[in-house]
Amino acid sequence: MGKTDKELIVNGKRLDGRELEELRPIEMKIDVVSSANGSAMVKFGRTTAIASVRGPRELYPKFLQESETGILRCRYNMAPFSVDERKSPGPDRRSVEISKVMKAALGPALFLEDFPKITVDVFVEIIQADGSTRVTGINAASLALATAGIPMKDLVVACSVGKINGKLILDLNALEDNNSEADVAFAMMPSKDLVTLLQMDGVLSKEELMELLNLARSACKKIYEMQQNVILNKYR
Amino acid sequence: MAEVREVVFPGKFLDERKGRKVYNGAYLEGEKVFAKVLGIPRMNENEIDVIPLKGIYLPIIGDKVIGVISSVEISGWLVDINSPYVAFMPVSESVEEFVDSRADISRYFDIGQIVFCRVSKVTRNKTVQVSMRSMGSRKLYGGVIVKVSPSKIPRLIGKGGSMIKLIKTKTGCDIYTGQNGVVWIRGDNKAKAIEAILTVERESHIIGLTEKIEKMFGE
Repeated sequence: MGKTDKELIVNGKRLDGRELEELRPIEMKIDVVSSANGSAMVKFGRTTAIASVRGPRELYPKFLQESETGILRCRYNMAPFSVDERKSPGPDRRSVEISKVMKAALGPALFLEDFPKITVDVFVEIIQADGSTRVTGINAASLALATAGIPMKDLVVACSVGKINGKLILDLNALEDNNSEADVAFAMMPSKDLVTLLQMDGVLSKEELMELLNLARSACKKIYEMQQNVILNKYR
Repeated sequence: MAEVREVVFPGKFLDERKGRKVYNGAYLEGEKVFAKVLGIPRMNENEIDVIPLKGIYLPIIGDKVIGVISSVEISGWLVDINSPYVAFMPVSESVEEFVDSRADISRYFDIGQIVFCRVSKVTRNKTVQVSMRSMGSRKLYGGVIVKVSPSKIPRLIGKGGSMIKLIKTKTGCDIYTGQNGVVWIRGDNKAKAIEAILTVERESHIIGLTEKIEKMFGE
């Protein structure tokens, strides 16, 4: 899904029939990987991410160990079949960057100082990509961390916002992402109202950015409730 | 549908502190107490805590644990205590008689043997030592090991040992429970005992579990 000349917003609606400020249908599931300590699957429309958490477990090689705190390691990976054209497997520049970004987004929520010298490993696999994969991955990872029993300050919730044809929109899909004037990835801890990830690509005025952040904030609150429900429903 | 206990997720506001002690399952922000882990809240006039539903074992001094000898060193043994932290058991803490420093100490404990011991030292950055110098510490011969979530051990033991007593009498097995989530079972009827233990682990948030287990043995 590359560049297109099509009009992406027609009569105030987007090509997939959504309103400008509407999320795609979201589906969440926990404990999908039985051998992991915690796992979750999150779907934003067609974008599907599976996150699995191993640990806290022993950390080798030993030089990575920190005697005062534990560490968090994240791996983001896209399956070769996740996109229209085959993605060559294995880590590349993009996935290494997103792994680092996810680590920075999830890290502030964890009490890693409870686990000196050991590690928490988070693996996020994108099995179908249709835009906003990093925020879908973060949502899945935070659910997986919570179900693994890792001490956390709050669940981390993420969503993407952007601008097309001068209109501000929520939750971009791949086509919109590739043709947007700007897109912003956003993650926060809703009950603390703390932002843990803010990335922007493109051009936005200050007012537009502030408006987008408010939009993202209110969307995150909705996703936060879904995350809570999926956890609580499991033990009902 | 069985009645279940309330479950909280990390970040959930529990209560104002009001001078109560806040344990490791919860955290404090100003005077407000929030849940730190996914689990069952426990609040009374003295304390606030959340009992985790899942998680690893973090050693605390005084815990009675079941460990497996993983390596024989010069002056002691490394013991796998079902935790990311490996424990060390020195000769002086585990053998009564005089041991020559040149002797091969694998004649006292060898790799793969199971010990019921006590956590005697934990430093700030989690160097752990275990000891056999306490009441009830012993080597466990034969039997099998079942691992459950460490936070479920109090439920498995039950009020005043009611649950574990029930399983012991109904199956006739010897059962030892370590606070690290390791359960050691020996006896002819151990399949039934393991089934019961795993049921307790899976359904620990359900109220009236003892009756359910009783029913399970009744069939």
